Amino acid sequence: MIEILTAIMWMAGSAFALLAALGVLRMPDVFTRMQASTKASTLGLGCLLIGAALQLGDFASLIRVFSIGAFILLTTPVAAHVIARASYLADVPLWEGTILDERRRAQKP
Amino acid sequence: MFEIITQTTLATLGVALLVAVVRVVKGPTLPDRVVAMDLVGVLVVGLIVVLAASTQVPATLDAAIVIALIGFVGTVAYATYVQRGRPE
Repeated sequence: MIEILTAIMWMAGSAFALLAALGVLRMPDVFTRMQASTKASTLGLGCLLIGAALQLGDFASLIRVFSIGAFILLTTPVAAHVIARASYLADVPLWEGTILDERRRAQKP
Repeated sequence: MFEIITQTTLATLGVALLVAVVRVVKGPTLPDRVVAMDLVGVLVVGLIVVLAASTQVPATLDAAIVIALIGFVGTVAYATYVQRGRPE
């Protein structure tokens, strides 16, 4: 039973990780790439961690697995926000189909 | 049966790692490479966790904790560099 649950979690987690990598490869822009990578990698790593916690079962390793999960869940949005803000302020070119760029519209009225 | 699941998971994570490394090599600007390296760090953490659980060696989880920490600090440092690198 535990092995079936672990198998489901690991397959889902690796599928989400592969989707994140494909999004990073295929998306046209820094910001779209970043949102694909952040969301899918957080969900994929969460699934992998749940599977590993089910498989290990030991209390000390459970605490380590949950601390890895809590750390990743706390830091991934912060890192994504920081790198998005820095690249937007450094005038990294947006995708040509971008509809709204409020900073450039405020500069050139 | 469970061996096949473990090896499929590891192979899928390896393919994802290769695809992310392709973006690190290709990426036209520096923030592209930083985002892709962040993804590489998260994928390596997942790979280590799956390996630790499938071989029942929980001591490797410490390496995963350290890699997650270094990945976050590196991303924030590169963001500061990207923002300050250009004179206003």
